[in-house]
Amino acid sequence: MLEIKGLHVSVQGSVILNGLDLTVPEGEVHAIMGPNGSGKSTLSYTMAGREGYVATDGQILYRGVNLLKMSPEDRAREGMFMAFQYPVEIPGVSVLYFLKAALNAHRKHRGEKEVDAIEFLKLARSNADTLGMDHEMLNRQVNMGFSGGEKKRCEILQMAILQPQLLVLDETDSGLDIDALKVVAKGVNNLRSENRTILLITHYQRLLSHVVPDKVHVLSGGRIVASGGKDLALTLERKGYAEFSTEAA
Amino acid sequence: MATDTDTLAATQRLVDSEYGYGFVTEVEEDRAPKGLNEGVVRYISAKKEEPQWLLDWRLRAFRAWEERYLPAGDPTWAKLRYPPINYQDAFYYAAPKSQADRPRSLDEVDPELLKTYDKLGIPLHEREVLAGVAVDAVFDSVSVATTYKAALAEKGIIFCAMSEAVREHSDLVKKYLGTVVPYSDNSFATLNSAVFSDGTFVYVPPGVRCPMELSTYFRINAENTGQFERTLVIADKGSYVSYLEGCTAPMRDENQLHAAVVELVALDDAEIKYSTVQNWYPGNKHGEGGIYNFVTKRGACRGRNSKISWTQVETGSAITWKYPSCILQGDNSVGEFYSVAVTNNYQQADTGTKMIHIGANTRSTIISKSISAGHAQNTYRGLVRIQPRAHSARNFTQCDGLLLGDRCGAHTVPYIEVKNSGARVEHEASTSRISDDQLFYCMQRGLGAEDGVNLIVNGFCKVVFQSLPMEFAVEAQKLLEVSLEGSIG
Ligand SMILES: Nc1ncnc2c1ncn2[C@@H]1O[C@H](COP(=O)(O)OP(=O)(O)OP(=O)(O)O)[C@@H](O)[C@H]1O
Ligand SMILES: [Mg+2]
Repeated sequence: MLEIKGLHVSVQGSVILNGLDLTVPEGEVHAIMGPNGSGKSTLSYTMAGREGYVATDGQILYRGVNLLKMSPEDRAREGMFMAFQYPVEIPGVSVLYFLKAALNAHRKHRGEKEVDAIEFLKLARSNADTLGMDHEMLNRQVNMGFSGGEKKRCEILQMAILQPQLLVLDETDSGLDIDALKVVAKGVNNLRSENRTILLITHYQRLLSHVVPDKVHVLSGGRIVASGGKDLALTLERKGYAEFSTEAA
Repeated sequence: MATDTDTLAATQRLVDSEYGYGFVTEVEEDRAPKGLNEGVVRYISAKKEEPQWLLDWRLRAFRAWEERYLPAGDPTWAKLRYPPINYQDAFYYAAPKSQADRPRSLDEVDPELLKTYDKLGIPLHEREVLAGVAVDAVFDSVSVATTYKAALAEKGIIFCAMSEAVREHSDLVKKYLGTVVPYSDNSFATLNSAVFSDGTFVYVPPGVRCPMELSTYFRINAENTGQFERTLVIADKGSYVSYLEGCTAPMRDENQLHAAVVELVALDDAEIKYSTVQNWYPGNKHGEGGIYNFVTKRGACRGRNSKISWTQVETGSAITWKYPSCILQGDNSVGEFYSVAVTNNYQQADTGTKMIHIGANTRSTIISKSISAGHAQNTYRGLVRIQPRAHSARNFTQCDGLLLGDRCGAHTVPYIEVKNSGARVEHEASTSRISDDQLFYCMQRGLGAEDGVNLIVNGFCKVVFQSLPMEFAVEAQKLLEVSLEGSIG
């Protein structure tokens, strides 16, 4: 279970999250929607432990442990994965190498044997196959020269390989063509299980028709201002955020 | 591409954040008296039973040094700051005692020395058998172990200590010594010419492709002893040789002067690949101690279609002054310089290359990657000169600097002189910091901050590592990680 209680977050001195409460039970998929600049990415960065995102008050409890007290890498190793809205380029480092280093950091943390290059290559290829992705991507440099869609697919591939428990996907569906959207949906649905907790940040209903959420929340003005079932997304798509924004103000 | 990095990943991470190779081996030695004068030059030459021509050559160098360079002081154009070197306060020759009865095989080598190599992770036995690398180990100033001689001799390849070459192949040495780096070239090279102790000599006969990487490990060991290595590599027509030079050094307080000279000669259609991993003691966190490394490395592409490529990974030394260069005399000859220079704490590096295009259609490539952390200063200094006869000459230069932290500096000082209008010279330069975005991305995937930095830095250096022989690339990555430990957070 993920429980965010009274979370206040400041970025460079300005308050962005302002008493955010959110509970996602294990096994559920929740969507978070909200206008530009409402603090959705701020929430994911704060959950992942990015420097500069200062939680001035509140808690983020995952399975009873306050994530805010952990280093970013330990959160990751304990199973938290964030798919970036803007995935980062790392010149000179192949996707394969990057992911192997990441996976081995996770395995080491769990006291498991590291995988060698050959084992890993097999694992990476089979995951790419499952997602219908070209093996060639594995040899490219991390996100270098990737199209927007390729970057997002690559995030999903990483997610598939690392098998996280707590997932935050920050607008992974934005800017995708139909095929890529299906890859993303498939990646998420494959991981959907009783012991996983999934947060989908999105602007669009179309992802949610492929990955049907258990709940939809509206984030506005730095807090959750409305929650509902999957139909809320449809309502939002029709009516926009205006009514919720005024509610928040 | 992926297999390269995977092999690199097999490298074990070193846990100790201090310089890992700081220990001193106890070996008795005999040495020349302290200080530098004509007597010392004669002592060295006599000790090595050198022919008259070489003594004369050394003396000419000594006089040039005494008359020209000593009064003028060390060159000041480099962006390096260090107290004046007291040349009279150093020893100029030391040899391990065991030298008197030179060992025939590894069994006869001083066990202390073998232990030292073990500590450095260079098990000679294994290297011999597994890697097929011939090792000519230079311990202090005298070479004490040479292997694979037979296999090389069969092909007519000479790979031996310089002192041995002077005795056994005097004509070859006489023909080429000082023809690329003249005895009075610059103050450090001149000093070296006067007092060089030993080094390595390689000759590859016409048409022969050297079947293994030739490798020498240098180690500075005797207290207060400057190291004046002299290396000469000759690739005769149509031959090929790859030479690896790597080193680590014991930890100590006092600054040690190192002024090596390396000369390469490539004749028609010959190729020399010269790779260096340099990891001398860089001094402590406060900038105390460390090696002063003033090296003159130069290669002459004397023949048509010849090629010389320098690859260096420089992580050590308090001061690095080094410009491996190529003189592209032969038509269609090719020069390459791939460099990674890492400086941390108070290290200073002023390094780069010179590409002198003389022949027609000569080509050169310069890829320089510098990484600075702590209070370090890292300067790329490079000259590309296109002479009037160098029709259609081409150069491509790329210099990238990566900064870790905000107290270090990266500088680029390119000199470009073009005297032929048909030439094409391209220069690209960049300086950047490791971005928070990149680091956070790595950490979100489970990598610790230090591992993240290492990964990003290795990616930055990848093109250079790719031009190193495989086992050297592994070592290079290890050294980089050790050098940058503690540089963030
Ligand atoms: N590093 C920063 N420095 C200053 N302001 C920031 C920083 N990061 C975020 N903000 C501000 O915080 C607010 C919330 O930004 P955030 O990126 O969380 O919004 P979002 O809901 O993800 O928007 P979008 O839908 O456009 O992705 C914005 O007003 C933004 O300008
Ligand atoms: Mg956002």
